[in-house]
Amino acid sequence: MTTDSHGIDWEQIARSPEFRMLMKRKRRFMTWSVVFFSLYYFALPVLTGYFRFLNTPVFGSMNGAYLFALSQFFMAWVLAFLYIRHANRMDRLIEEIICKRKEKAS
Amino acid sequence: MNTVAFTLFALIMLLTLGITYWASKRTQTTTDFYAAGRSISGWQNGIAISGDYMSAASFLGIAGLIALNGFDGFLYSVGWLVAYLVVLIVVAEPLRNTGRYTLADMLAYRLKAKPVRSAAALSTMAISTFYMIAQLVGAGGIIKLLLGLQYEVSIILIGVLMILYVAFGGMLATTWVQIIKAVLLMTGTILLGLLVLSHFSFSIVEIFNQVSAKYGQSFLEPGKLYKNPLDNLSLGLALLAGTAGLPHILIRFYTVPNAKEARTSVAWAMVIIGSFYIMTTFLGFGAALLVGQEKIKAADKAGNMAAPLLADALGGNFFLAFISAVAFATILAVVAGLVISAAGAFAHDFYFNVLRGGQVTEREQMRVAKWASIGVGVVAIILALLAKEQNVAFLVALAFAVAASANLPVIVFSLFWKRFNTTGAVSGILTGLISSILLVLVSPNLMEPDQALFPLKNPAILSVPLGMLGAVLGTLLSREPEAERNFNELYVRSQTGIGAE
Repeated sequence: MTTDSHGIDWEQIARSPEFRMLMKRKRRFMTWSVVFFSLYYFALPVLTGYFRFLNTPVFGSMNGAYLFALSQFFMAWVLAFLYIRHANRMDRLIEEIICKRKEKAS
Repeated sequence: MNTVAFTLFALIMLLTLGITYWASKRTQTTTDFYAAGRSISGWQNGIAISGDYMSAASFLGIAGLIALNGFDGFLYSVGWLVAYLVVLIVVAEPLRNTGRYTLADMLAYRLKAKPVRSAAALSTMAISTFYMIAQLVGAGGIIKLLLGLQYEVSIILIGVLMILYVAFGGMLATTWVQIIKAVLLMTGTILLGLLVLSHFSFSIVEIFNQVSAKYGQSFLEPGKLYKNPLDNLSLGLALLAGTAGLPHILIRFYTVPNAKEARTSVAWAMVIIGSFYIMTTFLGFGAALLVGQEKIKAADKAGNMAAPLLADALGGNFFLAFISAVAFATILAVVAGLVISAAGAFAHDFYFNVLRGGQVTEREQMRVAKWASIGVGVVAIILALLAKEQNVAFLVALAFAVAASANLPVIVFSLFWKRFNTTGAVSGILTGLISSILLVLVSPNLMEPDQALFPLKNPAILSVPLGMLGAVLGTLLSREPEAERNFNELYVRSQTGIGAE
């Protein structure tokens, strides 16, 4: 046994199927969201810095560059909302892991 | 002197000092001092993060940048919000689960405490100092414009207030100063934004049409401020990766009781910060149309007076005074947050854990923490007085670049890479820190643009990869079985919160 002063066997939790499942789902969300928002975010300086097509006016004088910049705010809010929903689900998985540990301990 | 403005300034001073008095009675332990006793709720912390983050540079600076440069000013606003996705998705919850007071707590969890704490304390103090000098020098200039106070008097006034908040009220007082400031700032911004919109019959397209008619369509297009797209990308990277490495933002997650509240606080902060930065468009374009660029430049050539002048044009003297008082509160809140993060790095990491090996009583820790904040405050005041005539805008960019290059890679590797070790952490932090500072020293910020050895104003595009490389090489060139053995403990705890304080 490799328990520490709190009596927690970290190795055993790390190896448990529940924790592996949790981390698989956490990592999957983290990977695609970081890739997605990085691409979306850097698309703005790349498309406005090296190209001119976003300068076309869309509504009156309001052009594509501004609309794309504005869309970044909504992208961030939507992704934050999706993350919170995902994280709340992960919380339930974590609670299961904690419950199981307590059952074993008693 | 503007008496209404003076009265409002005095009211804010009294209110914040009252809070400090109240908080000082509740600050008994180091957990109280550094982390407000973990008693702040998610939404309160969210407002406080916004208060910590929306500096005078964003409030006054961005409005001015947009008023004078159009579209390019708005790019900052985008970066400052999107960066919070990194904080939310990657950093906030694991950090809350594994640390107590400072960024270094998490690193010391499975790595050798003395070297990683020393390195992290160094980068934290460097970042806080750069940021603080930039804020204070800007503050001195702004208060001189608004109240007619001498530069030296303004700096000393703000410096003394921030020392009082932190030394006596600790994180609890700092948090409430930030909450009050954020509420004032949002109120002022929303009022100003609505007044601007009402001038254009609430049509955003109408604002754009009039801007285009007055300053030409090219004003609404990119390229007026940043001629080199690569500079723009580098700045974008510094903002995106730097925010999640800013020590004064990271320590805010220790003030909440658990990871779920940390998550909630980032969500609240994103709503507030995002709404605020969208409004900067109306403030900037509103100022360009209703005040005019000549008048803005005449008051202050960097454009910092755009928002106060707009308030004056739309709401008269009282509104001008109100917006000026908001700017004052903004500076107070941001510098207080910086003082407490630098003091924590010095007292908790360096003095307590490195010099004294953790063998210090609670009483002495509190004493050292308070003296450290007084010391940090005094040093900041002296540096700001010396930097009076300097253009220090690049210091904020430097703070973000150091945070992005020295802190973020090491945080992420420590949380997710089993093989990562002490040598990697120390070499990563040092490479990131040194390379960003050196690159700025030889950049157009400090050299003649055509002679600069490094062509970009922001070093992040080179220093972030260097920082990562430093961390990877350091790790691969050494082995530390203990760090690998302890990885699972950190991994489980950071991701589940089991065993977290």
